[in-house]
Amino acid sequence: MAKPKVAFYWCASCGGCEETVVDLAEDILKVVDAVDIALWPVALDFKLSHVEAWEPGEVSVAFINGAVRLSEQAEWVRLLREKCPMVVAFGACAHLGGIPGLANCTTREEILANKYHRGPTVDNPEGVEPQALSSSHGFDLTLPDFWKDVKPLDEVIDVDYYLPGCPPPAKNVGEAVNAILSGDLPPKGSVLAPEKSLCEACPLNDTKPEKLTIKEFKRVATSTPNPEECFMAQGYICMGPATRAGCGERCIRANMPCRGCFGPAPGALDIGAKMLSSLGSLGEAETEEAAAAFANAMVDLTGTFYRFNLPTSLLRRRMGPNEVQA
Amino acid sequence: MAADQFEPRIVGFLCRWCSYTGADLAGTSRMQYPANIAAIKVMCSGRVDPTFVVKAFAEGADGVLIAGCHPGDCHYEVGNFKAMRRFPILLKLLQEFGIEPERVRLEWISASEGQLFADLAKHFTDEVRALGPLNWKERTRALCESV
Repeated sequence: MAKPKVAFYWCASCGGCEETVVDLAEDILKVVDAVDIALWPVALDFKLSHVEAWEPGEVSVAFINGAVRLSEQAEWVRLLREKCPMVVAFGACAHLGGIPGLANCTTREEILANKYHRGPTVDNPEGVEPQALSSSHGFDLTLPDFWKDVKPLDEVIDVDYYLPGCPPPAKNVGEAVNAILSGDLPPKGSVLAPEKSLCEACPLNDTKPEKLTIKEFKRVATSTPNPEECFMAQGYICMGPATRAGCGERCIRANMPCRGCFGPAPGALDIGAKMLSSLGSLGEAETEEAAAAFANAMVDLTGTFYRFNLPTSLLRRRMGPNEVQA
Repeated sequence: MAADQFEPRIVGFLCRWCSYTGADLAGTSRMQYPANIAAIKVMCSGRVDPTFVVKAFAEGADGVLIAGCHPGDCHYEVGNFKAMRRFPILLKLLQEFGIEPERVRLEWISASEGQLFADLAKHFTDEVRALGPLNWKERTRALCESV
């Protein structure tokens, strides 16, 4: 029997998700034994026309990483969706918008202004900006259109499964590939990770005091946590309570509080609001003034609570002054 | 009242022990106050997950009121303290997203303070009306690519 074919594709991503495939190390040989890789732009040159030539269903699974912001990315993922019976959103960016999703704190116009006009090293006297269509010497030139916002994969195409993480741990990738090969899969739309919060799996969970309170916030930038004690109990913001488990607690074991890359834990509709709920109740303030001082000690709430998921949060993006009047 | 006056939509999360009863008193005492606040009975102001507030704004509310028992009077002893501690963080978060902090209020209203609720309903509605519609959905649509 011919080996099933799989495709890997990347959109707005850093390449870390590709790295995780390489991190399978010698296990990659088992993967290559079991499947043929039909598309992997990071390793081999492919053109859109190659994919266009595929018979529908010829390639069984597409693992797509990265968020979507360019019309070109949308074109590729739509084509892959058309050709592949199964699409897996691979990694935090495809799953939730990821770090590139923080670009939704600003607008396309602001980004272009900074990049092409305001930057101190920019030399652009004619004020040229990239255009989706321009002409030069009688030729029409096209560039991918730069969208107004960053989107997770499932806002552009239908997604069958989500493999969370920044990047997904190699172990989870291996398990997902095995599950797909054996057909032992949860219902469509599932996140391929446990239905519980990180705290439940945390190796420091036993050190969490019965009544956890935070007196003062600390930051890993300015102090080093004790690796043997619950970070939250030490005053470090750890996203564990609102984040899904299954990552192998990589950051915790490296003495870094959870940053939330696995996305919301089951039941957490909005990871930031849920963290706020948790943190707010851990304070000790007895007066409104003390509560305000507690809040003031926190910096960059969007970047802390929505580091990996701004485009999939309830509010979706940061907004300037209200220009639209009903 | 002008016919074309903007009428804000305000979601009110009222604790069932104090503030909801206070609002009830305002009603049964036939006090006049604007009908802009859609009252939602919750067990405690401490039960108001910030997710509720964020979701209200995301889905079209122009203002949100959270009201509970005075500090020290909570039926569950400390629920309203939790609400009090979350509130300034919530304001800060909403401000980062571009939602004016004046659109959210945390107030303490006891079961006997019907007049206080009626006055608050009036003042808060006026304040939100002066801020104008939030239009979060429409503005999000304008700033996101439609696919």
